[in-house]
Amino acid sequence: MKIVVCVKHVPDAAADRSFDASDHTVDRSGVDGLLSELDEYAVEQALTIAEVGDGEVTVLTIGPEQAGDAVRKALQMGADNGVHVSDEAIPGSDAIATSLVLAKAVEKLDYDIVLCGMASTDGEMGVVPAMLAERLGIAQVTYGSELTVDGSTIRLRRDGDVSSETVEASTPAVVSVTDQTPEARYPSFKGIMAAKKKPVESWSLTDLGVDADQVGLASAWSTVLATQARPPRSKGEIVTDEGDGGVKLVQYLASQKFV
Amino acid sequence: MSEILVLVDHVDGAVRKPTLELLTLARRLGEPSAVFLGSGAEQAKDSLAAYGAEKVYAADDSAFVDFLVAPKAEALAQLVGQASPSAVLIPSSPEGKEVAGRLAIKIESGLITDAVDVVAGDSGPEVTKSVFAGNHTVTTSVTRGTPIITVKPNAVTPEEATGAASVEAFTPSISDAAKTARVVERKERKATGRPELTEAAIVVSGGRGTGGDFGPIEAFADSLGAAVGASRAVVDSGWYPHSYQVGQTGKTVSPQLYVAAGISGAIQHRAGMQTSKTILAVNKDDEAPIFELVDFGVVGDLHKVLPQATEEVTKRKG
Ligand SMILES: Cc1cc2nc3c(=O)[nH]c(=O)nc-3n(C[C@H](O)[C@H](O)[C@H](O)COP(=O)(O)OP(=O)(O)OC[C@H]3O[C@@H](n4cnc5c(N)ncnc54)[C@H](O)[C@@H]3O)c2cc1C
Ligand SMILES: Nc1ncnc2c1ncn2[C@@H]1O[C@H](COP(=O)(O)O)[C@@H](O)[C@H]1O
Repeated sequence: MKIVVCVKHVPDAAADRSFDASDHTVDRSGVDGLLSELDEYAVEQALTIAEVGDGEVTVLTIGPEQAGDAVRKALQMGADNGVHVSDEAIPGSDAIATSLVLAKAVEKLDYDIVLCGMASTDGEMGVVPAMLAERLGIAQVTYGSELTVDGSTIRLRRDGDVSSETVEASTPAVVSVTDQTPEARYPSFKGIMAAKKKPVESWSLTDLGVDADQVGLASAWSTVLATQARPPRSKGEIVTDEGDGGVKLVQYLASQKFV
Repeated sequence: MSEILVLVDHVDGAVRKPTLELLTLARRLGEPSAVFLGSGAEQAKDSLAAYGAEKVYAADDSAFVDFLVAPKAEALAQLVGQASPSAVLIPSSPEGKEVAGRLAIKIESGLITDAVDVVAGDSGPEVTKSVFAGNHTVTTSVTRGTPIITVKPNAVTPEEATGAASVEAFTPSISDAAKTARVVERKERKATGRPELTEAAIVVSGGRGTGGDFGPIEAFADSLGAAVGASRAVVDSGWYPHSYQVGQTGKTVSPQLYVAAGISGAIQHRAGMQTSKTILAVNKDDEAPIFELVDFGVVGDLHKVLPQATEEVTKRKG
């Protein structure tokens, strides 16, 4: 079983994220980056499947130089090898271009399953896995809260708004998993040492046969007209409960006509 | 006038509220046509007409229920080819976004997800999104093809308007390639009798501070006619189902009133509730970050404050 797991290097959500004033792209300077926490769940699932099925896990990322840290973290957790796609034409790419580059990279690799996170913690679109399946022309089995792989059969529980579905498909497939799947493992000391010797290939757009004008900010199919920081909420009234906190709460609700 | 396609979100023909919001937004851009995939179009027709749908394109194929996402994207792409609309609006559920993503690739058009507002602009729809856990708003527009926009619940208050809602059946051809992820089992969620979380005007949420006892949360919610929500800590502890989780990896809510009880206010939780009109919190720690957001807060034990508040509401309602 060969598994490619797509991971994204993202700015830390706990930091003060903002936009570059000149071109409205995400300002990555001054904010620490990390392997998207939601992609850790995908790495964990990939490792679990590989352990059972004697598989091989390749970590794939598209991103600037720092994105190599995300690959390294996944290798420390136990993935076997990595591919880092970077190119000066890529920054500013939208999900459409990202899915194109991912598809070309995946096609160059040998794979049975492509595993993704449910969404990136910065873009939060949650569309790349579906787009990737569309481009690769293979099954899309996404938003799994629970995943099992038995031979070539993939089984996944997808919790929707009105119902919970069990979905089945055969490999090859694009699979994405949510943060309802088991918590990701921490890299062990042994894992950290071993990761240093694991191979990571660097690919450019030329290696993938993608034209520079198919990606990047200028060729995105949508454009940002303006960005605005949300005005901070003005701090309201805080009272300490002295046996009448509930009554005070309702008095406030009444003053606002909720009761 | 230009035609705007609205993908209908329904359960066996019962139209869900976000669709009515989309029809309302579509009228700002042109003439709304509803796209109904699955069975029950006749049943849905009246509510679609009441919110201004001039046409209802209806297609029924067992593939829509038997397989995940791909058949719907195929049907929609074929309809876009036929009708040449000037925009496509889709509800921003996980499924809606995935349909939209596949459609964007198929028809080579730009996609904007999670809109909280859509207005007509000089060169196509101008879309507002809320990003970075609600800390920033962004205005965007599509620059290529037919704009595809997924819209979050509560982006607008649905406004009634009379539409003809003339039903036009269409028969998409669904390829075998789209029939690869089969739904082998479907368990409907039990109805609670409370309002739908994303649609409710009032949401009362409980966090780890409940200690697992949601009785006081539910009782207070019921006294206000509110929906119940939960933090991820609660869901992870198995105290309340995941479908009630508010936040980055749960639901985004934007009600008139949000009450957070025993919730610290982590960034990922804020992401799902920060745009609520009025925010209240009950927390025993006066330094909990949730208090930075509130219009009114009570520092105290929720197990004392909420039951008293419930009693007070009931008393006032007489
Ligand atoms: C990738 C990612 C995605 C995430 N997505 C989400 C998400 O969608 N939604 C979400 O909620 N979280 C999410 N989280 C988790 C989030 O970071 C927090 O861990 C979580 O929100 C904490 O829940 P809590 O506030 O209930 O618990 P805690 O942070 O433990 O806070 C409990 C609060 O209750 C108070 N309290 C205790 N006892 C009482 C009492 N008797 N009366 C009153 N107050 C009391 C305490 O003072 C404290 O402030 C995500 C995290 C990650 C990394
Ligand atoms: N730049 C990237 N490199 C590798 N994988 C990515 C990248 N962007 C998105 N993905 C994958 O697609 C998933 C969904 O991302 P998104 O649609 O951007 O929310 C992520 O969880 C990743 O698995």
